[in-house]
Amino acid sequence: MYVYDEIDQQLVDDRVAQFRDQTARFLRGELSEDDFRPLRLQNGLYVQKHAPMLRVAIPYGQLSSRQLRTLADIATRYDRGYGHFSTRQNIQFNWPALEQVPEILALLATVQMHAIQTSGNCIRNITTDQFAGIAPDELADPLVWSELMRQWSTFHPEFAFLPRKFKIAISGSQADRAAVKVHDIGIKAVRDVHGEVGFEVLVGGGLGRTPMVGHVINSFVPWPDLLSYLEAVLRTYNRYGRRDNKYKARIKILVKDRTPAAFAAEVDEEWQHLRGGPSTVTAAEIARIAGRFSRPAWRELPADSPPMEALKSANPAFARWLGRNVHPHRVPGYSAVTLSLKRAGTPPGDITAADMRRVAELADEFSFGELRVTHEQNLVLADVETGQLPALWGALRETGLATPNIGLLTNIIACPGGDFCALANAVSIPVADAITRRFDDLDFIHDIGELDLNISGCINACGHHHIGHIGVLGVDKAGEEWYQITIGGRQGNDARIGRIIGPSVARDEVVEVVSRLIEVYLERRDHESERFIDVVDRLGIEPFKARVYAHAD
Amino acid sequence: MPTLIDRNGLRADLWIVLGDDQPIPAAPQAVIVSPARRAREAQALHAGGRPVGLAATPDTDPADIADALPAVGLITVDFPAFTDGRGYSIARLLRERFGWRGELRAVGDVQRDQLFYLARCGFDTFLLKDGESVERALAAFRDFREAYQSAVDRGPLFRRRPTAAAPEPDVRARGYR
Repeated sequence: MYVYDEIDQQLVDDRVAQFRDQTARFLRGELSEDDFRPLRLQNGLYVQKHAPMLRVAIPYGQLSSRQLRTLADIATRYDRGYGHFSTRQNIQFNWPALEQVPEILALLATVQMHAIQTSGNCIRNITTDQFAGIAPDELADPLVWSELMRQWSTFHPEFAFLPRKFKIAISGSQADRAAVKVHDIGIKAVRDVHGEVGFEVLVGGGLGRTPMVGHVINSFVPWPDLLSYLEAVLRTYNRYGRRDNKYKARIKILVKDRTPAAFAAEVDEEWQHLRGGPSTVTAAEIARIAGRFSRPAWRELPADSPPMEALKSANPAFARWLGRNVHPHRVPGYSAVTLSLKRAGTPPGDITAADMRRVAELADEFSFGELRVTHEQNLVLADVETGQLPALWGALRETGLATPNIGLLTNIIACPGGDFCALANAVSIPVADAITRRFDDLDFIHDIGELDLNISGCINACGHHHIGHIGVLGVDKAGEEWYQITIGGRQGNDARIGRIIGPSVARDEVVEVVSRLIEVYLERRDHESERFIDVVDRLGIEPFKARVYAHAD
Repeated sequence: MPTLIDRNGLRADLWIVLGDDQPIPAAPQAVIVSPARRAREAQALHAGGRPVGLAATPDTDPADIADALPAVGLITVDFPAFTDGRGYSIARLLRERFGWRGELRAVGDVQRDQLFYLARCGFDTFLLKDGESVERALAAFRDFREAYQSAVDRGPLFRRRPTAAAPEPDVRARGYR
């Protein structure tokens, strides 16, 4: 991961001092609630139902074991002993006291962490593929570019007060694992025929109230022009994005109003002024940033591990975990492993301080002391020796982090929902828990196969329900919690927004609805490799709808 | 009373803001008017060598006032709320694209917490909102000791680091500083 230099550290320290002063002024009554709000949001501090919520940045999901231990200390000292990983690769604490937040930020700064721009109408944490740098299908490594953009977006003086929040994701692989099509700007690192790196740029994707898939506005921005091109997009948005209506203020609305082609032309015109200017990235800077990444010292290993293969043949549970939670690595003899934070009785993405410390130990023992947070709210040890997989599996089973459900129904993605969030219309966590308990038979969820189930407690869509194969959205109906069900959504190269199957259902009916959707799928699939969304694509939503609402006849 | 400062301290304000229907005072009183009024009454406003300033609003397109720049002595950019960030882009365009070298003043909801960003985008005077302490405001220009990006005040950090040997590419004359 990227290691700060003196200036990187100084900037984070300066921010801590600035926020300490702002908080003190607010507490003394010198700064009004209205004036303090945008300032605290730009440091990730929300005022929630029970207490403030602090969202700490995990830039593009990369974390060291030392940082994770500090997060565990914060959870213990300032919270109630746990944290929640979000769908944007960050971590949230739900119970800190406002007065103590500057202290928490100071502690974070000691391990090169911060909460800068994790909320507010500014450029948020840059997100990427959890397998960045190690994926076999990678065309270009997004990590250096992610760090370049992190620095560029941090305290950007022109874009601190945009019409609305602004999210950028970057992917460098053939398979998109960073959901680039549903971000304000999605970037795909590609190579031209000469092998030079460049970027395909999409704009105007996003979920929320008006879900949309982004449009390609430039198919190849040469790498030296990345920042000037982003500045052209941001400047166009800053000047012309709507500010009169919060619900129409995201860039996707501007792109839609202008049409993608006209917006692309407008950006291009602005870019002609900026291109070749001081923001032009230099090869020296790319080399400097790359040099500050601690890369694991991979050993030369044989690709196969006979003891691992032997256990795989002998132990179906191990084989199942390998099939779901272990992923290929571009270096022979290494594998990436997903630690599932999805299990009954625990909200999706939640982790206790004790488990954080245990995971930090495992990262030290098995994966060079580093780990990654995924946008599906799990953790990844990215550089595990394949021969060590049996030992790691054993250790993870003891900690309860070896549930072999990655890509399956119970790998539920959910926001904190009405239990914590002031914006939510309905709860998410109890719904996720009820579904997890109904589908607790591993054989059955493996038989169902690949299925993304996403739950959001309100239209802000933090649980990304629109791109779930099954999406569950909490809605308010005359003060009661109801849930709207969508099917057929998906992330990845073929990202699509799910379709609503019919009227919303009561909370205690959600599990039954999911069961009926699964029943229809199992009855109608042609063969085991036909996935749930394949059947939805082939048959449409009608058979699903008919079964779900059968009782209403 | 709002207080006018620059990076070094208090500034005397010699300008008055003239509404579109207010009569023009006797010369040499300097006046700030809307771009529309200046376009309409340029001769009367400039009579007697009176200094004339332009009041830009968040939806002013800098390109529309570019022709007037050689004749005016001040541009103010209004921030109706500090969360309305359009003025930052206007400032950079005036400085970097249209070569404005004169006084660029941030007015409206101007508080100390925005001064660092405002200065980076090319503002050099600041009409502080009521109740802001001058001393504390001046300290805010030093909130951060460095900055990553290219803006009006300096180039990107990566071109200023000791290791950055690459020369600045040949760019359009940066009109300011």
